[in-house]
Amino acid sequence: MEKSVAIELKGITKRFGEVTANKDVNLDIKRGEVLSILGENGSGKTTLMNMISGIYYPDEGKIYANGQEVVIRSPKDAFDLKIGMIHQHFKLIDLFTAADNILLGEKMPTFSIKEEAKKAEINLESVMITADGDSKKKYDKAFAGYYRKLISLPFVKLGKIIKFNHLARKRAENLQKIADKYGFEIDLKKKIYDMSVSEKQTVEIIKVLYKGADILILDEPTAVLTPQEIRKLFDVLRKMREDGKAVVIITHKLNEVMEISDRVAVLRKGEHIATVNTAETNEQELTDMMVGKKVELNIDRKTPVDPKPRLIIEHMTVRNKEGQKAIDDVSFTINGGEILGIAGISGNGQKELLEGIAGLQKVESGDIIFHNPKKNKPVTFFHKDLKKIKKMAEEGFFHYPDGSKVDLKGKKKKEIVKLVNDEQILFYEDEVINLRHKTPRQIQELGIKLSFVPEDRLNMGLVGNMSIVDNMMLRSYRKGKSIFVNRKRPKNLADHIIDELEVVTPSDQTPVRRLSGGNVQKVLVGREISSSPKVLMAAYPVRGLDINSSYLIYNLLNQQKEKNVAVVYVGEDLDVLLELCDRILVLCGGKISGIVDGRTAKKDEIGLLMTKLSNEEDETEVNA
Amino acid sequence: MFLTFIHNAIRFSTVFLFGSTGETITEKSGHLNLGIPGIMCLGALGGCVGESVYLKTLADVTQVNGFAAVIIGIIFSMLFAGFGGLLYGFLTITLRCNQNVSGLAITTFGTGVTNFFISMVDKTGFIYASNAFTAYADGLNMNNWFSDLFLTYGCLVYIAIALSLVVSIVLKKTRVGLSLRAVGESPATADAAGINVEKYKYCACVLGAAIAGLGGLFYIMDYLNGSWEYSIDAMGWLAIALVIFSLWRPNWGILGSILFGALYIAPNYLNISFTYKELLKIIPFVVTIIILIITSIVNKKESQPPAALGTSYFREER
Repeated sequence: MEKSVAIELKGITKRFGEVTANKDVNLDIKRGEVLSILGENGSGKTTLMNMISGIYYPDEGKIYANGQEVVIRSPKDAFDLKIGMIHQHFKLIDLFTAADNILLGEKMPTFSIKEEAKKAEINLESVMITADGDSKKKYDKAFAGYYRKLISLPFVKLGKIIKFNHLARKRAENLQKIADKYGFEIDLKKKIYDMSVSEKQTVEIIKVLYKGADILILDEPTAVLTPQEIRKLFDVLRKMREDGKAVVIITHKLNEVMEISDRVAVLRKGEHIATVNTAETNEQELTDMMVGKKVELNIDRKTPVDPKPRLIIEHMTVRNKEGQKAIDDVSFTINGGEILGIAGISGNGQKELLEGIAGLQKVESGDIIFHNPKKNKPVTFFHKDLKKIKKMAEEGFFHYPDGSKVDLKGKKKKEIVKLVNDEQILFYEDEVINLRHKTPRQIQELGIKLSFVPEDRLNMGLVGNMSIVDNMMLRSYRKGKSIFVNRKRPKNLADHIIDELEVVTPSDQTPVRRLSGGNVQKVLVGREISSSPKVLMAAYPVRGLDINSSYLIYNLLNQQKEKNVAVVYVGEDLDVLLELCDRILVLCGGKISGIVDGRTAKKDEIGLLMTKLSNEEDETEVNA
Repeated sequence: MFLTFIHNAIRFSTVFLFGSTGETITEKSGHLNLGIPGIMCLGALGGCVGESVYLKTLADVTQVNGFAAVIIGIIFSMLFAGFGGLLYGFLTITLRCNQNVSGLAITTFGTGVTNFFISMVDKTGFIYASNAFTAYADGLNMNNWFSDLFLTYGCLVYIAIALSLVVSIVLKKTRVGLSLRAVGESPATADAAGINVEKYKYCACVLGAAIAGLGGLFYIMDYLNGSWEYSIDAMGWLAIALVIFSLWRPNWGILGSILFGALYIAPNYLNISFTYKELLKIIPFVVTIIILIITSIVNKKESQPPAALGTSYFREER
């Protein structure tokens, strides 16, 4: 059967300021198939789809729906064409119940008084013709009925408006029936803020279906889902395809493209490269099209040189905001010169673990011992004052370059300052510091950097309205003695990062908020790495990044490892974890379910460890 | 004595109730209108202009038609105040100016314009017009505590209470209310759902302002019996505080406004020196701060302000 074309794009171009998001894109979306839109970050996938769903308006080009040229100026226009988009950031209102969210914006069935009056008039005329003059009674009756109807029409309309406007409980129940029919497991009376990510996504899908959409666009639907949830979603998508709906899915994950889609459209830097049938292509070919040049899919992992404990976590317990134990009595060691991977289904304590170490969350009990690699390095006044240095010298912490013990007794203040400034006083051993009661700022100054890349990149770490240069300055503004800020160094750093990491931006003065997600991430990671950390913690640094940028980040992490930095990498993709990390710690339900060697471990093994405790949890949830 | 106090408190609360009901509608659309004091002044001015025009058409000012006087007062008051709301809406919705700054500008504008033009309004005969506002059916006065407390007010008091009940039902139970709340919580979501965000915002700003303006009209025509006083803007700030106090629920605002009214007039019923009386007038604000502290400690999602309050919406914003 020939699949009919639902939407056709011709020569679509869209610019944001000086950046061209889409350039001359031609694309067709067919009914009864799943089309994948594949491309790097900032290649204009989302922008292109937003133009179909009415969020943006194209600068040039034409859109055809069912063969006719259409103008889509607002999401409303898109609905009228039965186009529904499920955005990456869900467009749901937290405070409302799922049912209210679905009902939101529903249009009232049209009821025009004029037309109804006309109908009544036609009815009257027909009665008059058949009445034929002689039966006056019938004639009068018809007339009276006509006027009665005419008078009642406004009230009927009012009644309909009130009935439509009234949010009866029954309506939610009807909606629930529809959801149950399609096989969605969801309670529509629940408030959105109580829901998990996958539940929210389900609500979005039901919403779009309820509104009668038969062209569905999903913007990176799998980014936040667990493998099981992804499987469920794909089943739903397949059902829709069989229903003859057109499904468009935007994604980075090549394996998903291969699994679900019938055709793949590849975008590169806003341009449409090609549309190919999934069956006739492979992952390597798609990657090449996406990136434009051959990409080495191997990560260069060196054996760690002389790994020494850098951070020792002992019996750490952290409670989350709800007061539950997010990290429960965890002990492990992070070595310098090694990448420690942290695996686990999201929400099993990864965030709390890192934030606990960085001092952003209160650690309830346990210790975080930091071995500052200071052996044979000179002491400075940067962290310690004269008094502290004197005291430490008494306790035998320091030695002179020739190896003899430092004795500062009887020495004058000036002499000591000179010795320190001449770098004559060296540490005898690594400095041991307990981080538990330090402030986040103190911890940062010790060189423990958290490059946290959470779901919402702009909330932690970067200020959206500030330029890249100003964001660089967030880490360095305390340095320097002048009361005016020095913009030169941050500017150099910003330019360096833009250059090195290929950040796509009009200039270094552009507000970070305007950059695409991947570029924002590059700026964040770049800044943290540039401050020469001793411990670098990166949580999901490649989330939402395309392959090319991802490998850039992996290489950066490897470089840091070679510089004897202790790297902690929290990731989702098990293949990457296995290729990148030296050791992999698996978290489950806030506990360590295992630590495996990255070189010898198997994927299934980690997968088992990841679900070891959660299976039990599931059971208890069912019982409760 | 105590009964008179409660009676007057309920009567006085109407000023706050109109103001807070109007402001709640506006805030539910995500617009923090700090121009309410100015808009209430404009409402009072409008009422005075309306009455003045109406009284001019009469041969004898003592022969006021009660119904006409009330309706004309209400219409003019709502028109003037609605104009203030429209101006505010134009600044914040179409031009996307900062809402706080625009609101304060409207306050200054409203009070300034009112103070300037009120001197030109011919106020002769206002006492007769005022009688129309304060009148109640004689049969209802049965000289017992029940009729004293509930039945012997001018029509605007009942209109205010009815209005706030209607608004709270509309907000909670109807699709219009749902859409309005959606616009205030997340305009992008509402837009994606096909709701005309700008239309809702404009309607909320204009309607909210028009209702708030009635507070000014009530203060002059009912509470002060048609005499003018330059103190309406003070009530306006309290009305905004009342919105927070009532946690954006107009029906709670009824009780809140009575409490505020009682606190506001309480010093007049206490035998204390003038200095302390002025000090006591800050109690409503202190109560509001305490409520804010309690709600932020409890941190219940339902008792928070609309999420998009104070931000302008632009569809193509990234």
